[in-house]
Amino acid sequence: MGWHIDIIVLSFVVIIAIAAIEVKDLLATAVLFGAYSFMMCLLWSIMGAVDVAFTEASVGAGVSTVFFIAAIFHTKRRSQD
Amino acid sequence: MKYLALLVVLLSGMALIYTGLDLPPWGDPNSPASLHVSPKYLRDSLKDTAVPNVVTSILADYRGYDTMFETTVIFCAGLACLVLLRVSKVERKGAHFRHKATGLVLHVKISGLLEHSREFERIDTQWVPHDIILKTMCRFLIPFIQLFALYVVAHGHHSPGGGFQGGVILGASVILLSISFDLRTGLQKVGELKIGLMSATGVFIYTGIGALCLLLGSEFLNYGILSKILGVDPVMSRSLGIFGVEVGVAITVMAVMIGIYNYVSSEGRLDEGL
Repeated sequence: MGWHIDIIVLSFVVIIAIAAIEVKDLLATAVLFGAYSFMMCLLWSIMGAVDVAFTEASVGAGVSTVFFIAAIFHTKRRSQD
Repeated sequence: MKYLALLVVLLSGMALIYTGLDLPPWGDPNSPASLHVSPKYLRDSLKDTAVPNVVTSILADYRGYDTMFETTVIFCAGLACLVLLRVSKVERKGAHFRHKATGLVLHVKISGLLEHSREFERIDTQWVPHDIILKTMCRFLIPFIQLFALYVVAHGHHSPGGGFQGGVILGASVILLSISFDLRTGLQKVGELKIGLMSATGVFIYTGIGALCLLLGSEFLNYGILSKILGVDPVMSRSLGIFGVEVGVAITVMAVMIGIYNYVSSEGRLDEGL
């Protein structure tokens, strides 16, 4: 059972990582980074590293997304490449 | 150029995978780390420090130097944001004020004219949400978020959590206040001076506890010696020392998170933000 969840979450991580690079809208990229961190947090907790998962959830998915959005607010939303 | 970058990424990815094959499989009981290091900590942690969560006892006691310099790194990150982004001279081309009763918005070019007026409130130039539901909900949520953060800091001995996570959640509660109201409301509660003082205080608490151990005649960060002044046995004083250190970490992390948000969202002017 745990093996299947592992594979599903890992494939989500890969899909979100590719999507974060491909998407042109920077705000969407920031949100995708948050989703990526959340998937990594799930992965840590599947592996039993709950402390790391907690840090990933609060720092990666929480605060750093806010920092990204605050920075994007002062740039253009569309990426050039 | 783009294909060159792709080539570099592919090559380094292949190198990573090739190196990753040499790592022991996940959860292998015969890997070097599981044979010598981990069993010792798992066996001795509760006996040495009276802390059931092994991760906390390793982070703050066995590997106390690491965590101390991690805290210093966070402090330096806050300092770097201050140095790079802070603009000391603020030139303002007027400000926008809203009449509370009618919702009429005025653009005032003379500074200090409506700053302290009761009928008008200052609003941001670019983005003006006026959402009473959002503000009320955030007002309800923020005390609970802060209570949970304090729980995470204080209960890090028994459950996942500790100074870093609790500090980040505490900082996030103030950031939520700044987002849902405006940056000036957040700065009224936790001003720039307070942020600077607190981010230094946390590092000071951590190194101070270490230096106290030194003064009492033991090694730096050897909390066992604190039993002389705390009046408990050395094992319990290790637990209390870990708690003191975690509080220091939480204070620094909280202040630095709020500071970085303030500087990034207002382009260093601390005037109008996200």
